[in-house]
Amino acid sequence: MNITINGEHYDDLPDGLTVAGLLAHLKLPPKKIAIERNLEIVPKSTFDETVLADGDKLEIIHFIGGG
Amino acid sequence: MSSDIPSQDKLVVAGRTFNSRLIIGTGKYKDYAENAAALDASGADMVTVAVRRVNISDPNQPMLVDFIDPNKVTYLPNTAGCFTGEDAVRTLRLAREAGGWDLVKLEVLSDPKHLYPDMEETLRAAEMLISDGFEVMVYCSDDPVFARKLEELGCCAIMPLGAPIGSGLGIQNPVNIRLIVEQSKVPVIVDAGVGTASDATVAMELGCDGVLMNTAIAGAKDPIRMARAMKHAVIAGREAYLAGRMPRKMYADPSSPLGGLI
Repeated sequence: MNITINGEHYDDLPDGLTVAGLLAHLKLPPKKIAIERNLEIVPKSTFDETVLADGDKLEIIHFIGGG
Repeated sequence: MSSDIPSQDKLVVAGRTFNSRLIIGTGKYKDYAENAAALDASGADMVTVAVRRVNISDPNQPMLVDFIDPNKVTYLPNTAGCFTGEDAVRTLRLAREAGGWDLVKLEVLSDPKHLYPDMEETLRAAEMLISDGFEVMVYCSDDPVFARKLEELGCCAIMPLGAPIGSGLGIQNPVNIRLIVEQSKVPVIVDAGVGTASDATVAMELGCDGVLMNTAIAGAKDPIRMARAMKHAVIAGREAYLAGRMPRKMYADPSSPLGGLI
């Protein structure tokens, strides 16, 4: 499955991967981030059941220092 | 904060009460540890934060939330770097999902050279955000007409610049800041332009409800010490404003009585 995460292409992800599965794969803490999938917010409560599809474009963000 | 501040004199924004009238940014510090120490020294209980992509290739990089606890300090997500209303709304929707907060700082910038807010886009974005349930603290120009329009739209705090972001030039147009203070029913917070402690005091003496700063602290040689200075500066300015300054006079007026001279 090919998906784009934060502008980078990933082509080695298993089919049927959920958002929660992806975060575990990337070793990212779900509580500290937020995800947009094809310009729509993915609510944290749905990470476990949201299955990613080929061609998805994801943005994974967190808070950093800023003014 | 220290007990010598009248307990009833708190900053209230959108129904939330803050002990400190100083809000600090979290950018430009050497590291998050220095940032956390400066926050502690400043006494601030609200910080602005930016929303950015996670570094996927290195998930072990330090995260802001590990140094400044969002359960103890109010995170105010900003839209820094956004140049359109849509960018700002998209950014803050993600921030709301990441943190669960609806109190946000809207800034829609124009030209990277001066970082003045694009007020047309700011008004449009404020309207979109408010209709989406956000509580919007808005960075704006020091134009009282735009400030009034933002308040009428429902923004919960008006945050005019004192001088361009990161310039440290101080309050360039005290007359406009005062006009905005006099007309506003929501808190007015000077956002941007403060360079040193006296600038923060001037803003508070003008009757502002608070001051937001980043570079003035992070860019000082000793940020922790400057954070402490800013805490005192904001308190001093607020107290002086509430105390009511003496009238200005053209000529001297001796402090010691003239009667009884030998």
